[in-house]
Amino acid sequence: MYKYDEIDQTLVDERVAQYRDQTRRYLAGELSEEEFRPLRLQNGLYIQRQAPMLRIAVPYGMLSSKQLRKLADITGKYDKGYGHFSTRQNLQLNWPKLEDVPEILAELATVEMHAIQTSGNCIRNITTDQFAGVAPDEIIDPRVMAEIMRQWSTFHPEFALLPRKFKIAVSGTTDDRAVVQMHDIGMEFYKDNNDKVAIKVWVGGGLGRTPILGAVIREHLEWQHALTYCEAIIRVYNLHGRRDNSYKARIKILVKALGIEEFKRQVEEEWSHLKDAPNTIPEGELERVSKHFEAMPYEVLPAHDASFDGAIASNPAFAAWVKRNVHAHKTAGYRAVTLSLKPHGTAPGDATAEQMHVVADLADQYSFGELRVSHEQNLILADIKLSDLFAVWEKARANGLATPNIGLLTDIICCPGGDFCSLANAKSIPIATAIQMQFDNLDYLHDIGDIELNISGCMNACGHHHIGHIGILGVDKDGSEWYQVSIGGSQGNDASLGSVIGPSFSAEEMPSVVQKLIDVYIQERTPEERFIDTARRLGVAPFKAHVYADKSTAKPGVTA
Amino acid sequence: MSNLITLNNGIASITENEWTVVKLPVSQVEERKQAGKVVLFKLTGEKTVSAEQIANTEIPSNGKIIVPLSVFIARKAELQGRMTTNEIGVWVDTHEILEDLVASVSDLNSLPIIAVHVERFADGRIFSLGTLLRSRYGFKNELRAIGDVLRDQLYFFKRSGFTSYLVRADRSATEALASLSDFTNPYQGAVDEPRPVFKRYNRIA
Repeated sequence: MYKYDEIDQTLVDERVAQYRDQTRRYLAGELSEEEFRPLRLQNGLYIQRQAPMLRIAVPYGMLSSKQLRKLADITGKYDKGYGHFSTRQNLQLNWPKLEDVPEILAELATVEMHAIQTSGNCIRNITTDQFAGVAPDEIIDPRVMAEIMRQWSTFHPEFALLPRKFKIAVSGTTDDRAVVQMHDIGMEFYKDNNDKVAIKVWVGGGLGRTPILGAVIREHLEWQHALTYCEAIIRVYNLHGRRDNSYKARIKILVKALGIEEFKRQVEEEWSHLKDAPNTIPEGELERVSKHFEAMPYEVLPAHDASFDGAIASNPAFAAWVKRNVHAHKTAGYRAVTLSLKPHGTAPGDATAEQMHVVADLADQYSFGELRVSHEQNLILADIKLSDLFAVWEKARANGLATPNIGLLTDIICCPGGDFCSLANAKSIPIATAIQMQFDNLDYLHDIGDIELNISGCMNACGHHHIGHIGILGVDKDGSEWYQVSIGGSQGNDASLGSVIGPSFSAEEMPSVVQKLIDVYIQERTPEERFIDTARRLGVAPFKAHVYADKSTAKPGVTA
Repeated sequence: MSNLITLNNGIASITENEWTVVKLPVSQVEERKQAGKVVLFKLTGEKTVSAEQIANTEIPSNGKIIVPLSVFIARKAELQGRMTTNEIGVWVDTHEILEDLVASVSDLNSLPIIAVHVERFADGRIFSLGTLLRSRYGFKNELRAIGDVLRDQLYFFKRSGFTSYLVRADRSATEALASLSDFTNPYQGAVDEPRPVFKRYNRIA
């Protein structure tokens, strides 16, 4: 993974000093609440319901074991001994003290970490595929460009105060796992007809209050121009995006209003001045950063391992875990492993300090000391030998990290919701845990098969409910919490936004509502169909009919 | 004590302010809000300057003045003589169109100073405007940030091509000076240093 040189380290150290002084000035009354707000936000510090929340950047989801141990220690020292991995591959602390944040940042800086631009109206953490570098279908390792873009976007002076937040995702695989279509800019790398690396650029995607899938602004961009082309897009947005209404301030609204053709015309006009400017990436820089992401020193191994095959045959629990939580690897004899942060009955994405230490140990012992965070809020050990899988499973299982539910109904994507977040209309974690308990039967879960259930506590959509096969959105109705259900959303190359099935439900009703949706699927599915396929084939109607069949479940007049 | 910070050959210091900013009189027209409409983004919620405001703007008869763009365009004849003695500068608001300014003079560099007014700290359009004035339109003279100018923007102002900063009256410019050196080595190329870090150093992996 990327290692800081003196330039990187100095910048992060200087940031700590700068933020320490900003905090001092705020506490001394020299900065008003309103003036301090954008400053603390650009350092990931929110003021929440019960305490501030600090979002720590995990650039494109990559962590070393050393960094994870430091994070574990920080949660113990400054928080309540756990952290929350978010859908943007970052780590959030729910209980830090505002006045401790400079110290936390200073500790983070000792392991090449920071909280720069994890919130606020600026370019946020750049996200990518959690299997970058090891995925068999990978064309380009997206982390190289993600790192180059991380540096470019860090304190970019022209884009320090945009109309609204700005999220960029990069993908280097045939199967998009970075959800490029739901980002402000999505960059899809591919090899063009001349075998040169090129980028398909998407713009104007995003969830939130107005979910919109991105549109293609450029089919073919040579990689050297990645930064200047982004500058052209963001400059047009910075100058013309709305600033009078924060709900209409994302780039997607501007793109929709102008139309993609007119927006593209303006961007291309801007780019005609920026093309080949000094921010054009030279071959040498690509090579330098690529060296940080060279293949691990893999052993030459056979494609099969007898001990592994034996364990699969004799241990059904291990076999179930392998089926769901172990993924293909481009190197023979290796696999990637997802450690589930979704044990039934706990907050999705949460990990305790002890668990973080266990994962760090596993990474050191079996996976070259590195790990990744996925946007599905799990942790990934990317380079495990087949012969080590059983040992990894045993240790993970002993620490509550081996629930065999990856990609299944209980692998729920979920925001912190009304328990923590001051923006939320409704709680989301209790809904997730209630659904997990309703479906706490592994055979049944495996029978239901691949499905994505996403929960957001408000229309800001941190839980990505629009692109869940089943999406649940917390809404506020006359001061009480209700839940609106949609089906048919999806991430990936064929991304789609879900359709709402009807009036919303109370929290208590939610497990049975999900149960009924599943019942319809089980009854109607063809042998090859996943839930999403059945939902797409049949549409909302049969699901709606069954869910609302018992009229007493539906609350007339309560709609979101 | 002056609240003006001026950058001279990269060195920042507090300097006397020789320029008076000419303000528009308060508008009598109700502000036009286009709630929910997406027709005219640029103007959404922004004040428009009325002919009456332009006509009623009081222009001091002597001294160095920075006049609003709308007044500069509409009442250029009155100002022409003083332009030759370098007494006239122009200020633009962050929602105004730079092309209008460029079109209003035969040579942008005949203006000794251009100021950009930022009404709210959080309005980052000013950074794009500075960048464009320098890199697109080749403006070489003093570029000043005025309005809600606070110390935590200064580093970005400097990088976007601004060479003077009129710190908000209730804040100390002396204290703000320090923030110009918050970071020693920026990553990306910008106006003050067009070469990104990978072109300034031979970084080794």
